[in-house]
Formats: sequence, structure tokens, C-alpha cells
Amino acid sequence: MGKMNVNLCGIELDNPVIPASGTFGFGYEFDELYDINVLGTFSFKGTTKDPRFGNPTPRIAECTEGMINAVGLQNPGVEKVISEELPKLYKVFNKKVMANVSGFSVEDYAYTVEKLDSVDEIGWFEVNVSCPNVHGGGMSFGTQPEAAAEVTRAVRKVTKKPIIIKLSPNVTDIVSIAKACEEAGADGISLINTLLGMRIDLRTKRPVIANKMGGFSGPAIFPVAVRMVYQVAHAVNIPVVGMGGVSSAENVIEMMLAGATAVEVGAANLVNPYACRDIIADLPRVMAKYGIENLSDIIGAVK
Amino acid sequence: MKQSIFTIKENRPLTDLVWLMRMAGDTSEITAAGQFVNIQLDGLYLRRPISVFDCEDGMLSIIYKVVGKGTEKMTTLPVGTELDVLTGLGNGYDLEKVGKKPLLVGGGVGVPPLYYLAKKLIAAEKKPEIVVGFNTADEIFGVEFFEEIGCKVTVTTVDGSVGVKGFVTNALEAIDYDYICTCGPEPMLKALYRATEAKGQYSFEERMGCGFGACMGCSCKTVTGYKRICKDGPILEKEEILWEK
Ligand SMILES: Cc1cc2nc3c(=O)[nH]c(=O)nc-3n(C[C@H](O)[C@H](O)[C@H](O)COP(=O)(O)OP(=O)(O)OC[C@H]3O[C@@H](n4cnc5c(N)ncnc54)[C@H](O)[C@@H]3O)c2cc1C
Ligand SMILES: Cc1cc2nc3c(=O)[nH]c(=O)nc-3n(C[C@H](O)[C@H](O)[C@H](O)COP(=O)(O)O)c2cc1C
Ligand code: FES
Repeated sequence: MGKMNVNLCGIELDNPVIPASGTFGFGYEFDELYDINVLGTFSFKGTTKDPRFGNPTPRIAECTEGMINAVGLQNPGVEKVISEELPKLYKVFNKKVMANVSGFSVEDYAYTVEKLDSVDEIGWFEVNVSCPNVHGGGMSFGTQPEAAAEVTRAVRKVTKKPIIIKLSPNVTDIVSIAKACEEAGADGISLINTLLGMRIDLRTKRPVIANKMGGFSGPAIFPVAVRMVYQVAHAVNIPVVGMGGVSSAENVIEMMLAGATAVEVGAANLVNPYACRDIIADLPRVMAKYGIENLSDIIGAVK
Repeated sequence: MKQSIFTIKENRPLTDLVWLMRMAGDTSEITAAGQFVNIQLDGLYLRRPISVFDCEDGMLSIIYKVVGKGTEKMTTLPVGTELDVLTGLGNGYDLEKVGKKPLLVGGGVGVPPLYYLAKKLIAAEKKPEIVVGFNTADEIFGVEFFEEIGCKVTVTTVDGSVGVKGFVTNALEAIDYDYICTCGPEPMLKALYRATEAKGQYSFEERMGCGFGACMGCSCKTVTGYKRICKDGPILEKEEILWEK
């Protein structure tokens, strides 16, 4: 059997499959279904300094081969994540976990990362810069190279753990933003977050989502994600975590060929709660089919 | 929760728009009335949440109203079709908390889960009375199911064509009850919430991403903090609901 292990920023993963933030809660819900230790790791729900209820409902809209969500980073806040959610997770998960962090100011990000830094079980930080910057006129940190770099520098100061900056695809030049984060001290880049989308209900003639717009994800965005992963992976010298529409072992391999060291799976977990387990179980078959001995050999094989 | 394959055994209309489907499969995770299942349909990305209407020895029954693409598609599925279904979702009604003289109040496609609840309550020796509300006579369905198990049913119609004229709340005065279990459109739940002093359990609907607690797509605020309708609900106790009296 081929080898599935990969090295992500100095930490060895048994396989490259990682449930994406926001689609796997804090993991323990899924442990009722399967042993989540089969995962490479997983990225927990976007955590912020203060508790957040998130947006009004409806927060979900169906699309062709995908969905829009406008959850609005609902989470109990970093204190409760540490005192309540993570202890429940460690009872069932014995690998390093990826801490997904969000913020609305540079200070927010630094505060949250600093708090989480003392938690041994956290292996990596995944810093989501798609949030609006309240001091920057509401523009997302991830849309300007300088703002993304500023967040990177601020979190770099408060942790020695690997920092992976998670980029928004809603930009004109993703490469310049990725490079700015690399220069500011990021250890990795993950992408893509959701694409801004909208649906309208013909019966009510109103947006389906209370917030009007939301993040579009699922199989429909896969080609966009592969393209962006390819562009970024070939422009930076740090590992890239690829995601966006991944739903099968074939998709995982395609992302890795484009340049991803590891691959996250988001919306697929919501429609098939066993998606990640099934993808991992199917990887050896697909590797054999395409003559792949070691998954780590194919990372960025497409030039 | 369990993901498994069910085989359609029956799929027929009860009214113009309301259909009954029975399917055979593993029902072991369905532990309470008021729970729902989440059904995958070919060509549609998200699953469709539908309440358990009845459940017996490996046979699951649902009643669904045709409102859009998914429910439309369901009407075309012949007997023998296999469906991927997540079962055992949601908390369900808590029978212990129900009083001695329960009243079950249903509106439209909120009626189906109350049938399974009525059966459970009868088994627990808390025989309920039923009020079901519809807009017009031709929308009425399900009354005979309750009558078959010996429950007294009051029908209300908005246009007065059958039974009590008006809303379900217009039927309350004539009935002796000490507790309410209800499911129906939100305006009905709200009207009921205000019309009666009785304690009770109310069933809610929300657009869902997953249906099993993973995405936070369905959260609502309650007196005791936020709850996910799919996992901590769909049933909330009256005291938890954040509505003005
Ligand atoms: C817990 C729960 C129990 C339910 N039980 C029943 C039942 O027993 N019988 C019944 O007829 N209906 C029930 N519904 C409503 C049912 O889920 C919707 O009518 C159905 O999803 C509509 O799908 P569609 O493809 O026909 O409509 P479309 O409008 O094409 O659906 C588009 C999207 O919106 C969602 N959606 C549309 N209407 C609703 C709604 N009212 N609630 C939640 N999501 C919606 C769909 O799931 C889908 O993701 C229940 C809903 C919930 C949340
Ligand atoms: C319901 C939902 C909630 C999400 N919440 C977060 C979040 O809290 N933080 C984050 O960085 N990304 C979040 N995302 C984005 C995903 O992690 C992922 O980047 C995106 O959905 C693309 O992958 P997919 O197409 O496989 O879903 C969320 C996505 C969904 C569908
Ligand atoms: S629908 Fe996903 S948490 Fe309720």
C-alpha cells in the first residue's frame, strides 16, 4: 500500500485529510459516528475573542452542487473554547488539532492566539483573515496585502507554533496577499475560504439568507479552488493547505497535484457526515489506480 | 444518529399537495416522537429534513407537502427506490414532562409528528386530545389516523368550511387540557404561546445545513442561551422561548 503521510509545517500527519473549520464543530459531535483519530487532523470552529451568536436566520441557502452559509462565526469565545469545548475534544481525539482563529481587529487576533497558545494539544494556528476589519472601514483583512501581513506579524509575536494564514478568494490578486503573509512570517497558507454569493427566493422575492449574502462553498467551487491553490503554491515557499469543494479522494489528489501539502474538506461533511472517513478509506484505491506510491511525492507535481 | 439506506414501500397523495411515504430500513436510532430524518435526493446538494410521522419495526413513515424542488421530486419516486437517510435527529418531545391531560395542536404539515407523539402518549397512559388547523377544507389530512387510535379530534379551518371557524386558538376554550404539545408554522406557534397559560413543548423549523449539529446554520436564541434547532431542538419548552407574552 502507498504511503499517505505528509509533513505540514514540521508536524507529521498520517494522511492529508482535514475537516475544514465550521463544518466539524469541535469534533466530538462526529465521534458518535466514527473514530475521528483516522483524520490527519481537523480545524475547529472559528474562534474569536468574545462569544458570538452570529447572524440572524435563515443562514443557509442551497445552490447547485453547493451551499451558501452566513453563520457569522458563532462560537462561545476563546475562554469557553478552552474551558469547555477543547476538554470534550481531547477525550476523543489524541492528535494535534488545528486552531482556527478569527478577529475584527489586529489586537483581537493576537489576543485569541495568545490565549490558545498555552494549549498543548494545538498543533497549528489557522488564521482566518476573511473577516471585516472594524478599524479599516469594514474591508476584510484578507483583501489587502498590508492588512493580511499586519495580522500575520501580530500573531507571529505571540506564538511559536506554526501559523497558517487562511485566505479569502474574494480578491483580485491572491498571489500578492499570500506573498505578503509569507514575508510577514507565516509558516503556511490555506485557501480558499468561501466565495461571496447570494440567492433569491422567487416566491417571496427576497434573499434566502437573512444577511442577504453569504459564503458559497461545495463542489461547485472546486475548479476555482484548484486554480488558486496552484497559483499560490507556485509563488510561495511555504506549505499550502488546499480546500474548496473537495468531496472525494480524487479531489484530494487533484488538490495535491496543484500544490497542496494537505487538503481540507468542508461542506461535504454536512451532507455526508462520514465524508472524511470515506475519503481516507478510499485514498489507497485511488492512489493505486493512478500509480501513486507516496502522496507526498505528488505535492505540486503540476508545474 | 445513523446514516442508512431505506427502501420506499408506499408513496401516495393524501390531498392535492400532501403525500404519505412509507419506507423500510433501520429505525433503531429513532427514539422519540418529534424527531426528524434528513433525506438525500439525487441532484440536490442539501438533505431535506422531514419529521417522523410514524415508526414501527423497521418501517418509517413521513408525510410531506410539495413546496419546492425536493418535495416535488419525492412525489416521483416509485416503490422500491432506495434513499440515503439520516435518522434519529433532534431531541423529540419529552413524554415525562407532559401533563395528565395533554392537548396536541398541529397546523398544516406540523400535524404529522403529532401522530407518532399521540401513539407514544397513549402507550404512556396520557391519552391526548387533538386540534388540527388548516386553511380550507381541501387541505385537511390526517384526521382519520388520530381517530383510528381513539383520539378525539377538533378541526379548525380559516374559512370555516369544516369544523371550528378560525385558527387553532379558537378551539382551545371548549377543551379541558393542562399541557400542550404543538408543531406548525411560526405564526401559529406564537398565537398559541399567547393564547394559553398551559405549559408545553413547541416544535420549531429552520433552514438547515447539516441537521446534526455541526454547522451552526440553525441556531436560535433561547432563555437558556443559544440552541441548535436540529440538535438541541426542534422541540423547545415553552419557558425557554424568547417571545413577548
Ligand atoms: C425539523 C423539521 C421538520 C420538518 N418536517 C416536515 C414534515 O414532516 N413535513 C413537511 O412537509 N415538511 C417538513 N419540514 C419542512 C421541509 O423540510 C421543507 O418543506 C422542505 O425541505 C422543502 O424542500 P423543497 O426542496 O421542496 O423546497 P425548496 O424551497 O426548493 O428548498 C430549498 C432549500 O430550502 C430548504 N427549505 C425550504 N423550506 C423549508 C422549511 N420550511 N424548513 C426548513 N428548510 C426548508 C430545503 O430543505 C432546501 O435546502 C420540516 C422542516 C424541519 C426543519
Ligand atoms: C457552515 C460553514 C461554516 C464555516 N465556518 C468557518 C469558520 O468559522 N472559519 C473559517 O475559517 N472558515 C469557515 N468556513 C469555510 C470553510 O472552512 C471552507 O474554507 C469553505 O467552506 C470551502 O470549503 P468547502 O467547499 O469544502 O466547503 C465555513 C464553511 C461552512 C460551509
Ligand atoms: S443544521 Fe447544522 S447545526 Fe443545525
